[in-house]
Amino acid sequence: MSAQPRIWDIPGGIHPPENKIQSTARGLEHPSLPARLILPLLQHIGSRAKPVVNAGDRVLKGQLLAVTDGKFSCSLHAPTSGIISAIENAPYPHASGLHEPAIILDSDGEDRWTELQPTAGWRSLEPVALLDLIDSAGISGLGGAGFPAAAKLLSRPDHRIDTLVINAAECEPYITADDMCMRHYATQIITGIQILSHILNPERVLVGIEDNKPEAIAAMRAAAEGEPVSIIEIPTKYPSGGEKQLIQILTGREVPSGGLPADIGVLCQNVGTALAVHDAVVLGRPLIHRVVTLTGAALERPTNVMALIGTPIHELLAFAGLQPERLHRLVMGGPMMGFTVDSAAPVIKTSNCLLAGTIDELPPPPPPLPCIRCGLCAEACPAELLPQQLHWFALGKDYPQLERYNLFDCIECGACAYVCPSHIPLVHQYRAAKSEIRSIELQHSRADHSRRRFEERQARLEREAEQRERDRQARAERAARAKAAREAKAASEKDTPAPVAVAPDLARIQAKNSTLTPEQKQLKVAASTARMALQRARKQLAANPDNLDLQAQIPPLEQAYADAQRAFEQATSQEGS
Amino acid sequence: MAITPVSSPHAMGSNRTRTIMLQVLAATVPGLLLLTWFFGWGTLINLLLACGFAVLVEAGILRLRKRPVRFFLNDGSALVTGWLLALALPPYAPWWLVLVAAGFAMIFGKHLYGGLGQNPFNPAMLGYAVVLVSFPMEMTSWPVWRGAEQLQPALTPTLGLLEGIQRVFAPGSLPADGWATATALDVIKNNNSLTLAELRSAEPALGSFASRGWEWVALAWLAGGLFLIRRKVISWHAPAGMLGALGLMSLLFWGGSGSGSNGSPLFHLLGGATMLGAFFIITDPVTCATSARGRLIFGAGVGVLVYVIRVWGNYPDAVAFAVLLMNLCAPTIDYYTPPRTYGHAKAKRGLGKVD
Repeated sequence: MSAQPRIWDIPGGIHPPENKIQSTARGLEHPSLPARLILPLLQHIGSRAKPVVNAGDRVLKGQLLAVTDGKFSCSLHAPTSGIISAIENAPYPHASGLHEPAIILDSDGEDRWTELQPTAGWRSLEPVALLDLIDSAGISGLGGAGFPAAAKLLSRPDHRIDTLVINAAECEPYITADDMCMRHYATQIITGIQILSHILNPERVLVGIEDNKPEAIAAMRAAAEGEPVSIIEIPTKYPSGGEKQLIQILTGREVPSGGLPADIGVLCQNVGTALAVHDAVVLGRPLIHRVVTLTGAALERPTNVMALIGTPIHELLAFAGLQPERLHRLVMGGPMMGFTVDSAAPVIKTSNCLLAGTIDELPPPPPPLPCIRCGLCAEACPAELLPQQLHWFALGKDYPQLERYNLFDCIECGACAYVCPSHIPLVHQYRAAKSEIRSIELQHSRADHSRRRFEERQARLEREAEQRERDRQARAERAARAKAAREAKAASEKDTPAPVAVAPDLARIQAKNSTLTPEQKQLKVAASTARMALQRARKQLAANPDNLDLQAQIPPLEQAYADAQRAFEQATSQEGS
Repeated sequence: MAITPVSSPHAMGSNRTRTIMLQVLAATVPGLLLLTWFFGWGTLINLLLACGFAVLVEAGILRLRKRPVRFFLNDGSALVTGWLLALALPPYAPWWLVLVAAGFAMIFGKHLYGGLGQNPFNPAMLGYAVVLVSFPMEMTSWPVWRGAEQLQPALTPTLGLLEGIQRVFAPGSLPADGWATATALDVIKNNNSLTLAELRSAEPALGSFASRGWEWVALAWLAGGLFLIRRKVISWHAPAGMLGALGLMSLLFWGGSGSGSNGSPLFHLLGGATMLGAFFIITDPVTCATSARGRLIFGAGVGVLVYVIRVWGNYPDAVAFAVLLMNLCAPTIDYYTPPRTYGHAKAKRGLGKVD
């Protein structure tokens, strides 16, 4: 494809220093096999994979370790051969720093593959069969969010996908993983794209690459020669690689608020995902490694590596010559959207970059000044929000206004905070407000749920009471009819002797109850009140066995109940005698 | 101050509030130099007094409010308020007038609302308006410009430094006549009988486009403003709105060059405080509307009000009042001019809630 198709501009955006050349000089390196791999069961958006191996099992490279659990999940495979030493909570790369369940694999150093099943003639396969291969290879998006690839390809089965967008923009400073991937694996990537294209059958395939990667563009153009894949050069501007932004740049369409790209006939996959799809289908290899950029001024030799999933971060940093005394902040991802991590955590399927920054590179933010509403943030915002107003409402916790000002359309790219002359941690405030609103909504929905349950229970109780009342009336009518019939019969059989009374005991008890004198009734009430008081005290005592007051209350109550009961019984027996 | 969280973005732009403020000051330098050339040391004395007062008052109030003094003084905002006030006040204004204006601006205009970023009114214009309504005599005594004595021998510009200081601190010791004169806006406003051509030969205050001397100062403000727009310190919207609206109003109600003339569009654009207001006053982000469209509307409102007050109102110039009136409208303008967000069919206008 020679003619460059039309592209659109996105509003806002910034041009931070790119800092990409540091890590591209050494090509793509292969660090030595790590002794121990940490394989978290959650390396994607969705639910954790379920282990199918046990501690002590010997596994081969590429062997299935954990299977998907539900629709949004990814299976997990052994990145090398060895022994499962444990399945336990282990360090995990997340902003929270919390540990996550992981399979710990001790390498045996042989790196021996399990038997693979390559598919040579993938073009003859049905899309469903290809989706199956992608699913069973455990591929989640390699761009950053980590959406399970197979689930994403199926996200809106009722929507026709007319455009497949391949995200190779890589707009964040420092990161060069996609760049290196394209320079070294362009042919495989194009095949991967064709497999995706075979599944979706779109009208066009657009690969968006920022124009600061001329080598990658040239390699991709050469590989795509004669294929129906357009390699499109887009202007370098952060955040052009945001999914919504890239779709806008390449198609001029906007993903509706709260919707998915599939709603406008677009599906977006990362370029690294396309390579993983190639490996899964053509080579039969599951996703067990990925390109990771190792960069930052605290590293002596910044570079890109093909790292096994699960490699501890500190081993990769050591490979790149970490100078620990210079390390100020360790970030996974880029300087705009990445998060700080512990170097004991492993790289996972979504880890595209490790940035070991010095204090000059990632300085601690100065104390924020008051907002002067300069509006630079609004000029930088790619979603055309008013960050200065959101800041105002976030400070005042005015949640309805935050929603009205479309807080939830914020993609957290950080452009606003980057340009803010007052160093206000805007993104942080928006994240906090979002989570607060979400938790309020959750509370509301729970309260709604409880209220509905209560109302339904009340309605049911009422219905049951009405039913009982109807039943009682029906019984009374039946009894009245039976009585009338009996009397009529008795009248007609006057001469015959009276029949034996039915249920004499019941009749007598009823008679007795109904004939209590007011005095007896009073005694009966006194007795039952005393019994209730006793029972209540016993219950309280059971709940607080050490309470001396309660213990002391019991004997007098027992005595009172016994007296009252005796008085009542005496009264009734006198009557009876 | 809260502990600053370590979360993304980790990278930081190089922009600082202080840098913005200093660039604003730098952009006023050409106008300041021309003012000094035409009117002598008066504006510089104003500047020293107003900035000194503003910074002192700010420091005092920060101390009263138990805020870190050095930290907040460093942002340069008090300096800018004093500076702009000094440019707006007549050169050689008595020292106490400058003190009242600067004090009012900082105390009532800024800190009683909560300090930087919280004030609804432009502090400098609030201070200016207070002294304008309180001390009309001093506020309308505009000094004679350099070269006026060649047109009218009765006029003597105050050009010496000592003379200037005397004028500011002990005005009684100098002759009261001949050093100040009516501005061109006054002349046009009070004219009922002469055509503009006759007026120009009779009144030395009228220059070739607008007001003698002032027209060049106005062009210098314009140059400084364009510099700020180029440096992205201010956006073009508010100035374009104000100048556009003022130009349109003066075109519609021009009235030709006869005695009923209200002055040509050029006269209004280059006369009085129009250019200073358009690029340095209404662009104060704190008190302006916040979205691009909102700023355009805000500026247009100021432009219309400036014209209305100049031509039909009681004051010869009107930038301060127009700005304060539009400051009142800024929050409402904001509610009705949000941009359309990505993925939404249209912008959500209006208040959105009834409290």
